[in-house]
Amino acid sequence: MRSIFLQILAVTTINLKSLPQRLWLSLATVIAVGLVVTVLLAFLAMANGFQRTIADSGAEDIAVALRSGSLSEINSVVLRDQVRLIEDGPGIARGADGKPQTSGELYLTVDGTKRSTGTKASLPLRGLGPQGPALRRGVVITAGRMFNPGTNEIIVGKALGKEFEGFDLGQTVTFNSTRWTVVGIFAADGSVFESEIWADLPVLQSLFKRVGAVQTVRARLINPAAIEALRAYSDSDPRLKLDVMSEAAYFAQQASNTSDLIQKLGWPLAIAMAFGSLAGALNTMYSSVAARATEIATLRAIGFSGFSTFVGTLVESLILAAVGGVIGAAATYLVFDGFTASTIGGSFSQVVFNFQLSPRLIGQGLLLALVVGLFGGLFPALRAARMPIVAGLYGS
Amino acid sequence: MSSPNSPMVGIVDLCKRYTKGKETITIFNGLNLAIPRGDFVAMMGPSGSGKTTLLNLLGGIDRSDTGEIEVASERLDRLSESELSRWRASHIGFIFQFYNLMPMLTAAQNVELPLLLTRLGRKERRQRVETALGVVGLADRVKHYPKEMSGGQQQRVAIARAIVSDPALLLCDEPTGDLDRDTADEILSILQVLNRDLGKTIVMVTHDPAAARYAKRSLHLDKGNFIEKELAA
Repeated sequence: MRSIFLQILAVTTINLKSLPQRLWLSLATVIAVGLVVTVLLAFLAMANGFQRTIADSGAEDIAVALRSGSLSEINSVVLRDQVRLIEDGPGIARGADGKPQTSGELYLTVDGTKRSTGTKASLPLRGLGPQGPALRRGVVITAGRMFNPGTNEIIVGKALGKEFEGFDLGQTVTFNSTRWTVVGIFAADGSVFESEIWADLPVLQSLFKRVGAVQTVRARLINPAAIEALRAYSDSDPRLKLDVMSEAAYFAQQASNTSDLIQKLGWPLAIAMAFGSLAGALNTMYSSVAARATEIATLRAIGFSGFSTFVGTLVESLILAAVGGVIGAAATYLVFDGFTASTIGGSFSQVVFNFQLSPRLIGQGLLLALVVGLFGGLFPALRAARMPIVAGLYGS
Repeated sequence: MSSPNSPMVGIVDLCKRYTKGKETITIFNGLNLAIPRGDFVAMMGPSGSGKTTLLNLLGGIDRSDTGEIEVASERLDRLSESELSRWRASHIGFIFQFYNLMPMLTAAQNVELPLLLTRLGRKERRQRVETALGVVGLADRVKHYPKEMSGGQQQRVAIARAIVSDPALLLCDEPTGDLDRDTADEILSILQVLNRDLGKTIVMVTHDPAAARYAKRSLHLDKGNFIEKELAA
């Protein structure tokens, strides 16, 4: 056992020390594998960043009620009477004044222009009442002030303000033929709400002809478990044809569709590229075996086992692929980690998010690199192990 | 099982053919040979006469079609590939025309390679390497790489590699074919010492009659058969 380990170590050392003789071919393989890992990790970091931005936005003790069957806020309608019934429902927390902590909200889309590309995109415009901000974690005005009720004032999430033009403090924008003034910029703990524009609910209802209806009702629960009682209450009352779920569950559902789509694009593309780099790895390793034919045959003549030459060749391939994988992961981290992008979220409006790499994703990228290295080295390693010694020594 | 007094090499009715395209070339057809322990044999003959093929068969790196090959009391024709590998590691030392050193390893690392197949510890391996390099007069070249040495020095490293695990049989394929006359004489003298003083059995393939004179006897292969010539010591 010790001998076979020493043999493998010797063969691997010889292989690696002879790499400079095959420098360019080996580098090509490293770069090809690195590109595969970069592409994969870029997609995974995008999906991960998107998912975290949305999924982290939801709280367990906030209930969200939408029209039954609505997949998102944009196609939901909740009537005024239904809002009142929810406010009277079980498990709803009440403030010091005894009023239920709820917020009926409108969710509309308006046009915006991306700073980076100049392209048009749909942006979420939310109408909410005075309790709306308090039902969200970490909402703070970072510049300016809160909008005044009854006015055409808006406050803008800081992520949206950075990504789209025309939303700097004090600027005016036009939505639905009405001019609005940006009076504040807010942060919301990095959540999806930072990709929104907020305005006074009654003003929006009036200007967008939605009087008497909202699209969602948010309500603070006395505790997370109270969601069950509220859901049972909604299901049992025929006037309330609403889907009631925790905000966390709602956002998890919203995030999964888009992040699944991103991953479903990323993996096939990376795998297709992996096949290309596999061809490169095979070429490199076959060349390596051919270049080392005399060395391999000499070692075999001395008494080294075929297994040691097999493993030594495989290890060389795995090391090249691993180096490519590490370079790819490092490149992704340096170029993409924290990179800000926006895409359409579950309600057909833009969500601004950061690419986020994680150790688990890097592990997946390195695993793909090693799979390329394994298959790229397997057949050349078999050739090395099975090469007739005489053919290796005399080239016949 | 053969007795310890049996010849180092015993070949009976050996047949070996090669197929080249549609043509079958017969190298040996019923060859017989015996080489006693402690012998130093020069194998000569025209190109294609089968000298190197026979050397490869004796070293267990090529297979016969039929017949018996017994080397160092082991029937090679009955061993599997892995058994042959282990057998080579403990019984055979190869010396090649072009030295076949690993260019990326130092002289000491090259010589140490066969010892990696043994149970020896690092310290013992290092001692053996120093001894082997001392035998060939290269004790001061342990850290030199092959490219930093002359052809003669490289061949001496190769000889040190061949003897470091103390094999009974040295197989030399044109060991001086790439060297000038003076250097060749130095190498052949070393082989002679290994045979005479250390009792190594040596089979050496050569085209060079001057090299053959260092051996105890010379075997001439012609059309797959031997013609023996005794040489003056």
